[in-house]
Amino acid sequence: MSRAGALLSREVALAWGKGGGPLVSLGFYAGTATLLPLATGPEPARLAAIATGMAWVALALAALLSLERLFERDYEDGALDLIVLSPLPLEIVCALKCLGQWIATGAPLALAAPVAAIALGARPELAPLIFACALVGGLAFAFTGGIGAALSLGARRGGLLTAVIVLPLFVPPVIFGGAALDAFGNGLPWHAGLALLCAYAAAAVALGPLAMAAACRNALS
Amino acid sequence: MISRLSLENLAVRRGGRLLFEGLNLTLDSGQAAALTGRNGAGKTSLLRTIAGLVQTEAGTVGFGGLDPTEARARGLHLVGHLDGLKPARTAREELTFWSAWTGGSPESTQTAIKTLELSTLLDLEVRRLSAGQRRRLALARLIAAPRPLWLLDEPLSPLDAGWRERFGQIMAGHLAGGGLIVAAVHDPLPVPAKALEIGA
Repeated sequence: MSRAGALLSREVALAWGKGGGPLVSLGFYAGTATLLPLATGPEPARLAAIATGMAWVALALAALLSLERLFERDYEDGALDLIVLSPLPLEIVCALKCLGQWIATGAPLALAAPVAAIALGARPELAPLIFACALVGGLAFAFTGGIGAALSLGARRGGLLTAVIVLPLFVPPVIFGGAALDAFGNGLPWHAGLALLCAYAAAAVALGPLAMAAACRNALS
Repeated sequence: MISRLSLENLAVRRGGRLLFEGLNLTLDSGQAAALTGRNGAGKTSLLRTIAGLVQTEAGTVGFGGLDPTEARARGLHLVGHLDGLKPARTAREELTFWSAWTGGSPESTQTAIKTLELSTLLDLEVRRLSAGQRRRLALARLIAAPRPLWLLDEPLSPLDAGWRERFGQIMAGHLAGGGLIVAAVHDPLPVPAKALEIGA
């Protein structure tokens, strides 16, 4: 098996099976999506108006959950030392870790997003766009989240620090995705929002690994 | 491949404290060095410096003229206290991954399993292994992917007397095949080695 393939399957296996995985993220997502209408009131008209927005914000929060262990686990047990000692550049390693994270938790959350939005009262015809936004947004969440996870390596209460670093980076994708969904729901042109979301995700995939690799090297030295 | 390791006038600082300076060592193919020194003297830091994980304060680490990044990426193994093994994964999953990661083949992995007698442990989760078994699993990486330079941080400590002797034979075999070993130890190494005391 190639190095990259071996690492990706390890990352997916670790994110999927050991220490929570998609079930915990999905459970958290369902919990958050249920909690929001309890606070805003149950009138269907009001709920329907904000359903997609709530589903979208809950998704961003659920994406935060599993970030803590992305690098911390390998840092604590010494695996990161050994992973660095390889011909594969650390930037590629970081990208593969985030990709594994996206496959194991981002994709299941993207499947759950339309269900949650419709349950909250969104119109069913929004479902494909919600799924697309959640899938692309999940990629942006994983790759910007990885920056926070790498920067907080070695810090006590690293998970909390990760969330504080990452939440501002989640603002643009939340705005772009929310704008696309809102525009689609109101019959307005929605392509721009989705295009901006894709652009942000692409930038995160391209630039995020550089920042993560630098942060990992700094934490190890 | 690495046939020489040379440390010249090496100084390393950790957490604002100068651990050692003016350290020199030259190892050629087939030679081993035993690092000794009190706890906290910097044995682990020296191994991590050779591996490129810790920056040098002064001096150089040379690999016989090879590009250091390339030499480290393909030419050395590091086995330390932190073994990088995931408690929730099985011994087989971990050994297979690390073998693939360090460039081993299925055949060399089988050799490693045989040499370190891991076949009965492969389906156990790493958390079920004893300290000595876990160390044997970590040491199996050395054989699963042949690389010339072994950096070992107290490799013998959790092993029983029988396995210490066996690992001595494994080290002797590696040296006879042209390998190099730098080991931090408190007890004497079971192979002939240059002595290097740190922080004396």
